[in-house]
Amino acid sequence: MQTRVLSGWSTTSLLIMLLVMFPLGALFVIGYGNNSDIWSHLANTVLSDYLTNSAILMLGVGTMTILLGVISAIIVTQFNFIGKSFFEWALLLPLAVPTYITAYSYTGLLDVAGPIQTHIRAYLDLQVGDYWFPSIRSLGGAVFVMSFVLYPYIYLLARASLLAQSSSYRDVAISLGYSPIKSFCKTNLAIARPAIIAGLTLVLMETLADYGAVNYFGVSTFTTGIFRTWYGLDSVSGAAQLSLLLLSFVIVLVVIEKASRKRSAYQDKQSAHRSQAVKLNSTESTLALVIISVPLMLGFVVPVTQLLVWAFQSHQELLTKEFWNLVINTVSLAVLTAFVALALALLISYSNRIRNTSLTRLSKNTVSLGYAVPGTVIAVGTLIPLAALDNTIDSFTREYLGVSTGLIFSGTLVALVIAYLVRFLAVALGPIDTGLLSINKNLDQSALLMGHKPTTVLRTIHTPMLKGSLVTAALIVFVDVMKELPATLVLRPFNFNTLAVRTFELASDERLADASLPAISIVLAGLIPVIFLTKASLKPKRSIVVR
Amino acid sequence: MTKLINTILKSTLFGIFFVSLVACQPQEQSTQKSIDQDGSEAILATESQKEVNLYSARKEALIKPLLKQFSEDTGIKVNVISSKADALLKRIQSEGNNSPADVLLTTDAGRLYRAKSAGILTAIDSEVINTNVPSQYLDEDNMWVGLSIRVRPIMVTDKGASLGIDSYEDLAKPELGKSICIRSSGNIYNQSLVAGMLNTVDETAVESWAQGVVANMARSPQGGDRDQVRAAAAGQCSVIVANTYYLASMLADQSNETDYQAASKLKVIWPNQTDRGAHVNISGAGILKTAPNKENGLKLIEFLSSKKAQELYANVNFEYPVMENIELNPILSAWGEFKADQTNLSVLGENNARAVMVMDRAGWK
Repeated sequence: MQTRVLSGWSTTSLLIMLLVMFPLGALFVIGYGNNSDIWSHLANTVLSDYLTNSAILMLGVGTMTILLGVISAIIVTQFNFIGKSFFEWALLLPLAVPTYITAYSYTGLLDVAGPIQTHIRAYLDLQVGDYWFPSIRSLGGAVFVMSFVLYPYIYLLARASLLAQSSSYRDVAISLGYSPIKSFCKTNLAIARPAIIAGLTLVLMETLADYGAVNYFGVSTFTTGIFRTWYGLDSVSGAAQLSLLLLSFVIVLVVIEKASRKRSAYQDKQSAHRSQAVKLNSTESTLALVIISVPLMLGFVVPVTQLLVWAFQSHQELLTKEFWNLVINTVSLAVLTAFVALALALLISYSNRIRNTSLTRLSKNTVSLGYAVPGTVIAVGTLIPLAALDNTIDSFTREYLGVSTGLIFSGTLVALVIAYLVRFLAVALGPIDTGLLSINKNLDQSALLMGHKPTTVLRTIHTPMLKGSLVTAALIVFVDVMKELPATLVLRPFNFNTLAVRTFELASDERLADASLPAISIVLAGLIPVIFLTKASLKPKRSIVVR
Repeated sequence: MTKLINTILKSTLFGIFFVSLVACQPQEQSTQKSIDQDGSEAILATESQKEVNLYSARKEALIKPLLKQFSEDTGIKVNVISSKADALLKRIQSEGNNSPADVLLTTDAGRLYRAKSAGILTAIDSEVINTNVPSQYLDEDNMWVGLSIRVRPIMVTDKGASLGIDSYEDLAKPELGKSICIRSSGNIYNQSLVAGMLNTVDETAVESWAQGVVANMARSPQGGDRDQVRAAAAGQCSVIVANTYYLASMLADQSNETDYQAASKLKVIWPNQTDRGAHVNISGAGILKTAPNKENGLKLIEFLSSKKAQELYANVNFEYPVMENIELNPILSAWGEFKADQTNLSVLGENNARAVMVMDRAGWK
């Protein structure tokens, strides 16, 4: 009886994995072909640039996001000061701005023709070249922009983990004679490590997959190389082969993440022993405020202010009927995808928890891969198997029923939602997985021994305890879908536009002023979930203490 | 066992959920086609007779005024998906015989060439188009039609005007110093420019030319065409290469003071007027072999080649019309007449990959 029940879980896990495997597997089909001439050309010319730049980008963004994310998480969880409750949610705001929009904003501001340099020249009576000014459109600029957009992933997960921790470990460490800081690092931070690494993995994957910002900055990365090979060298198969190489890097990344988690400790959710935040005096408070203002200012306030300035310059009417259509399209797609992604991620993660076979582990790791693959590649990967399925159904019904079904899935929102899932299941899985990890397995055992079914246990015990993680997961997916551009561009149905598509069309036509209106709408619509997100995770949790 | 059933039930619910998504498409188009040529089940698609499905690589905002005019004139509704050309091409190929696409609209000749090579286009036989569009902007096998001309000349500030540049070749002259701003070689307009050169100039010569250009760059390639205009006006460089319609639209919008001032500082130099002429590309369209509404597709392209549409191209988008004797926008006519490169435009497509490789080897980022 028991084994049959569990095989249901494995099947579910397998099915979800297949959903992701098809688009990624399609890359093998597209990539079939001999491109030795292209490879030798790339190896002789630009490949080393692609690899070096991508490596530096990942290293730079990884380091900066850890610093920004972890430090701000520590400050808002361990200390009490005026303004803390504002920063707790405000620090997430940069997540609401698409990376390439932040890149456009900073370019508008810091570029040689931008207001800052123009004023420098005017006041100091200088010419271009007479003075040094960091170039925003550079590798360093890309590291800067991406770090300030992406650090919230780490902040979010680190904060959740630190909040959930009991103080007992640290108390033990202190009583053993360690200093409070050292005790904190040895216990709380160590326990938060899986969460931080999960966040870091998301950051690095997103960094690898980014095309918009690096392309605009003229930085050649592995991803720009994929598109250069496809569009420029007119080799779809070469581009698919490069994508597969990218995927293999990501597999290494995921393996490293898993390996680092193996040594991690379990933690109990024991809110009875929740540590008390230290109250800061006014000098300390000011210092804390200054430190956590940096990511908020540079990741959100500055770029959004630039957008607002542009918005005032634009002649476009904002609240037209068409605009509301864009909002409705975008939000409904995002809500829908968030819920489906949440359900699938929970099923995958939970299947692995109760079954823990090589199949469930493989599924869990496979569904994460899509996050590192550029959206356009995923879109084409989704399109090919779906269109093949559609055409097969069509020829079948034509032959046997005399009816043409046309395209059932491809060219519809189904294709789009599938592509989103392939790309964003990883962001839903991250918080849920770390959340589940922090629930003591004795709970499951006791409940199962008492004769409860796994689904009942999931519903009645884990889901309530996971509430914070679930809300986090759903909202990150929501915001990510709101911002998603490349897959939407390729797969959307006729006459269907989203805010991101409209923003991109105007921005890529270099009409930044006009593009700022839909961009601000993405930010506004992203704000609501961000506030909700923090409110939800601030609520006192129901605690179940297990001895 | 009940759990298994439960799981299956839930999966089914998911399935129904997905299918219901299909049902509530925002614009349900009738892609159902007649089954048999002899008409046994041919009347599924009456509604589609009043519409045409457009896969557009041109930004929706740019073609909207044109499409609106078309719908007003003909009563035919235009359904649009705008995306990147190569992705649309891949989409059409994947969708196969069931593709709803009627017309493919692109922003460059290279992509039209690719669509033709992929065998997804059908020949266009139209008296109207042949009258409206000069033959050098038509495919030799009538697979595509050029609809607007995009010129990529050299532009200079006052300082750049003294450098004595009158051809693309001059951009590689060592005496220019670090004076050039130009965007990345990943950009299709630069690829086409080099692909065009490869037609008349030998490949090694083009490569050393590209090296010369790279050596003369004031900064590493970045941004879009308008950014080059802004950088030149700010004094970072004195020579740029950019498409004219970007400069024109900056000049046309005086409410954006900074951009207008920047654009006013640049003069257009028509390059290679004594030999092959200034590099031109086209935006154009083709009808798909699998198009469910071929007739409407043809009507749309015929409309886009008509005087009315060509005037819109010239005045709304600031592109040069393909039709002769269209009155130009004053901003465009102020730059004077020029000799355009007469190279067969298919060459731009044929040479594109080679052009990219040449630029890669020359270190053009």
